[in-house]
This record gives sequence, C-alpha cells and structure tokens, in this order.
Amino acid sequence: MKKLTFILALICATATLQAQELPSTILKTLEGKQIDIKDAISSDGPTVISFWATWCKPCIKELTAFMDYAIDLEEELGVKVLAVSIDDSRNSARVAPLVQGQGWEYTVLLDENQDLKRNLGIVNVPFTLVLNSKGEIVWKHSGYSPGDEETLAEVVEEVAAGKSPSH
Amino acid sequence: MRRILLISLFIILGTPSAYSQGQQSFGGQLHGNFQLDGQWYLRDEKIDPSGEFYPDERFLGQGYANFVYNQGDFSGGLRYENYQNVMLGFPEGYRGEGITYRYLRFKQDKLDITVGNFYEQFGSGMIFRSYEERGLGYDNAMDGVRIKANPVKGLYLKGILGRQRFYFEKSPGLVRGIDAEYNLTEFIPRLDSAGYRWNIGGSYLSKYQRSNDPFLILPENVAAAGVRTQITKGAWAFQAEYAFKANDPSADNGYIYKDGNGIMANLSYSKNGLGIIAGFKRIDNMSFRSDRNGSTIDMLINYLSPTTQVHTYALPALYQYATQINGEEGGQIEANYKFKRKTKLGGKYGTLLTMNYSVAQSINKDFVDDSNDTLRVLQGYYSDPMVRGQIPYFHDFNVKVTKKINKNFKFNFSYLNLFYNRSVLEDGLGDEPILNNPDNQKLLGADIFIFESLIKLKSKHYLRTETQLLTTKDDRGSMAMMLAEYSIAPHWFFSIQDIYNYGNPVVEQRLHYPLASVIYTEGTSRFQLSYGRQQRGIFCVGGVCRVVPPSNGVSFSLTSSF
Repeated sequence: MKKLTFILALICATATLQAQELPSTILKTLEGKQIDIKDAISSDGPTVISFWATWCKPCIKELTAFMDYAIDLEEELGVKVLAVSIDDSRNSARVAPLVQGQGWEYTVLLDENQDLKRNLGIVNVPFTLVLNSKGEIVWKHSGYSPGDEETLAEVVEEVAAGKSPSH
Repeated sequence: MRRILLISLFIILGTPSAYSQGQQSFGGQLHGNFQLDGQWYLRDEKIDPSGEFYPDERFLGQGYANFVYNQGDFSGGLRYENYQNVMLGFPEGYRGEGITYRYLRFKQDKLDITVGNFYEQFGSGMIFRSYEERGLGYDNAMDGVRIKANPVKGLYLKGILGRQRFYFEKSPGLVRGIDAEYNLTEFIPRLDSAGYRWNIGGSYLSKYQRSNDPFLILPENVAAAGVRTQITKGAWAFQAEYAFKANDPSADNGYIYKDGNGIMANLSYSKNGLGIIAGFKRIDNMSFRSDRNGSTIDMLINYLSPTTQVHTYALPALYQYATQINGEEGGQIEANYKFKRKTKLGGKYGTLLTMNYSVAQSINKDFVDDSNDTLRVLQGYYSDPMVRGQIPYFHDFNVKVTKKINKNFKFNFSYLNLFYNRSVLEDGLGDEPILNNPDNQKLLGADIFIFESLIKLKSKHYLRTETQLLTTKDDRGSMAMMLAEYSIAPHWFFSIQDIYNYGNPVVEQRLHYPLASVIYTEGTSRFQLSYGRQQRGIFCVGGVCRVVPPSNGVSFSLTSSF
C-alpha cells in the first residue's frame, strides 16, 4: 500500500496539464440504439457529461439544479449536455419515465455495463466532465453538493469562450 | 501509515491542476482512481453491550486503486486492493492485499477481445452478470476470455469463458456462455419508418463444477438460457425477459433437483412531463452460483435486481428490500409528473409529483412430503404460477412532492408506507418453516414522513435540512431524525445529524445516534472525516445490500480519480 500510495502521489505530482480525450465506448440511447460516446459529443461547442443513476439522490438533485442553467447555455453557447445513466439494464427501464417526470431536456444515454465509467476511472456517481469543442476533457468533478451547478455553469462559459477553467 | 497518508494527501490536494486531468504518457492515456477508507472504532457499551462487534484491531482500514491505460486499439488495466483488516460490515473474505483485477483488451470496429478480468452481462443479468460494487464489497469479476463481435449491422455477439472471483481466490466452477442481440429495425426497414425500434436477444450459459458428493449424484454441468425483447415507439417502451435454469441442487435451495425459471416485463410511457412505468416479475428457484455451496453474495453468476424502489433517505433505507433468489413474485408501478410552470399546481417553477407502489411476496409452493416417492422429494416443491403466494415479503407505497418556491428556497415532502417481513429479509427464513408456523413471523409495518428543504443563503452557500419521522410499533420502534448540511461550493461541506430511537420497546435502548462529517472536495478528489455512532442496519447501493453492524468511531475516506 505504501509503495502504491507513493507511486500514485508521484504520478499526481509530476503530471503535466495535457489534453485528454474520451476513450471510444459504446453506449445505448433510450431507444436501444448503440452509439459511440465519441459520436455523441458536440463539435461546435462544449459538452457536459454528467454520470448519474436513478437510485442516486445527489445525481438527480444536480441534474435538476443544473437544468435552470442548461437551457440558457444550450441556447446561447451551443452547449450539449449528456446525462449518462449507469443504471443496470433492469433499472434502465426506469430512466426514461424519470427523465420525463423530472422535466429534464438533456440527451440521455445508458452505460448499462458501466464501461465508460470504468474507462474513465470514475469511482462514484455523480461525476461531471466538461469537454471543449475539440473533444478534449478540460474539467472533471466528483460528487455533488448544492451550489456546484453554479461552478459548473461558470466553467462551461469559460470553456465556450476558449479559456481554461478557473475552478 | 499515517505519515504516508498525510504526505499523499498533501501532494494530492496541493496540486489540483495537475491531477484534475488524466495522464498522457507514451502516446496513450492513463485513467484511474483511488479510494482509502479507515475507521478508528470506539468501545460503546450502549449500542454493543457485550462487545461482540468491537474489533480487536481498534483501527481498520482498506483501499484500492484502479488504473486503465488506453492506446489506440489496445487498453489494459489493473486494480490493487488492500484490507488491513477489512472494515466492519464488509464480507470477511477480504483479508490481505494484492492485485485482484488485470486485463488486456484489443478493440476494433467489429471485434473486441479481452483477456484477464472483465465485467459483462447478458440482457438484464437474469442468467449472467459479473459486476462490482466496491462500496459493498460485491465483486464477482470474471477471469478468462471475452469476445464481442459485430459481424453485420445490428447484430451483436458476445462470448465469455472463465472463472469468477471469490475474494482473493477463484470459484471452483467454470462459467461459459454466449449472447446474441439483434436489432430488427436494421433488418425490416419498414419498422424504422413506422417509428419502431425492436431488439431481440438470446443467451445460453453453462457452468461446470466437479462433484464428489458421497450421497447425491449432483449435475456437474448446469445450463441456463434466456430470451428477451425490447420494443419502443414514440413515448412507449416495452421490455420482457424470460430465463430458464436446469436443475442445480445447491445450498441455497436445499439441494433439490427442481428446474428454475424467471420472467420479468416492463411497460413504460414517457412524454411531456409524464413518466409511468409498470412492471412485474416472478422468479422461481433462480439462485445460480459457480459454487453450489456458495452463500450470501459469493460467486453469483446471475443478478436478479429487486423491482422495488431504492431509498436513499436514512430511515426508509433501514428497511430496504433485497431480491429473494429462491422465489418471489411482485410488481411495481411508478409515476412521475411535472406540473407545468405557470399553472395552478405548478406555480412559477413547476411542481414535481412522484408516486411509487411496489410489492413482493412468496410464490406458490406445494411442498412435497410424500417420503415414499424419492423422485418427488428431490423436486422439493411444485409451484403453480397461476396461484398467488401466501407469504407477504414487502410492500412500499410512497408519494413525494417537490416544489421550488423561489430561487432561494426549495423543499420536498414524502410519505411512505412500508411493510417488511423481517423473518424473510433479515433472518433469511425459508417459506416452508414460515408456512408451518405463520404466527411466528417477525413483521414490520411503518409510516414514514420526510421533509427536506434547501435554502440558498448567498451565492454558493446552501443550507439543506432533513426531518424524518418513522412511526412503528415493531422491531426497534419509532425513530426521528434531523439533519443539517451546510455547503460552500465548490470545496466545503459540513453535515450534522442525529437519529433518536425514542420509541424503542427496550427503554435502555432509546438512544441517540449522532453523526458529524466534514467533506473537502477539490476537483475529482474528496476527503471525508466523520465522527459518530452508526446503528445496525442494511446498507444498499443500486439494489444490492449488506448488513452493517452497529459501530462508533472516527472514520475517514479519501477518493480521487485522474
């Protein structure tokens, strides 16, 4: 463990800020169609990818709170928001009714076998990524507490303006 | 250990810009994550008078780190885990440390090959699902080979072969299977133009475990098969799955030779702020493990998700349902509706209404007691799917209203009515002893009221409160809970809560369970420190549960991903 902690710390400490892309991973749409995440992201503006699950209360809070900002960001800055559900295939049947009932207008994708979650090294949901128009991951955040949606909206605006995120 | 921890904490938290990005090295990309948990346990004679749950070690800690490396068509990964020693409530099979997961994967457009460990599922997992839930210590990763292929448009094939993880060992049985899913819309263009999407799928799986039982001739090869379909058109969606398992005498079913089967179906409608889903499920003798002597969450080949709602509020989560793999039937109906903005009930921001009813009960079982007829006795029981089971396991009716009053105040209110069969869900009693002595069942009925509010004090400062009340005459009696959380986005989070078990039938057990936590988040890293008392209960994530003993102490958790 000690050695590992050390290696990990070393990696963290020596890392340089380099752009990183999404690994190609197949997800499903609510209609059951298979789609590569790389084809789902926006090429004209920033993309927000929010990992969530129907059983995850903070996730639902985050997506609901961010909805107020998302409408404007989508209209004004061409931002695309992808809500990626990690529900297993039994629970994934509950995704569409929940999304409608919450009044969310996000593009919802299913990561039923949690392949994308695993490929990105995500521990728990909620987990949020922001990509720039080149498809590079420029910001990540794990967990949700109230107010995080404000930070996220600020970050997305910065990315849309071609700046690097200040948070 | 503590010094190392402090140093690593310092480095990790001190270089936010460095770790907030994944790493790029040798032209590929490295992603990963890291979690470390520990608890220093305090002796608390009130919650644990005899000290049976108090660990000898006083301090228990565990952690893991995952690394995934991607470069072009290749990827590889590994996980290191350590348990020194495993924390209370986790399966005790986790003892020691080592690399428990490693794989190499080659993936091109039509072919995807993995050697080593992998997680995979066929359909909803009724005959096969290997997955992990680290927070619960659930991990039945496969170790072997997986091939996925997409030979023609719309056809997806999977083949798997391997053995399952059993803590730091492997299960004795082999698992091999194939799965095919076909998108009929690709084949019949008329479906597509009419707005239909129609998928069909089928899978076959077989396990092999050697047998040398002195008394029984046990089947060494056990087959299982499943078929499924999903049809969507516009707002409507329908899913159904049927699975069959050949006779598989096991510790779960009492070594009977009966076949198993399961069926589940869902119909949903979602449009314009309305979402409704109705589903039913019936499973009969569907325990399926790669070791016939396995128990609890060990070496399960399949996954039978509960059709009940998963609660995350603390008090209803004390009585969470878990699927009864030996047999259950039940249904669920859930409706979500958003009253539109600027309507009478919607107000300025709209109002959300959620309703859920779910129920689970035993299946009909006609136990064979004609001891002269050995063949019949080996069947265990006969079940008529048309006849309702007699033992109620669980029901949950709940309504929730969520309302935003203005931009600084939001609240929601929930009411739940729960019924929970403790004999079945806590003690794991089978149907036969209950039917023989129905008056001896331990049951619980409860009404729960929850009020939650969120107040924005100023930009990025929020106060969230929960008030919960559980009223019951059964089990530990009534409880009340208060929680307050103060968050300063994006870094700080403070929480304090107390559960007061004021209605406990034993006066000395009318205890307070206070808990205070501080969380610091920096990008993808999170450090949590908590101090307090935890009551015994069942802890669930995503529909899988484990029993947690009572404890008192100081705990910390560090997670990070890069």
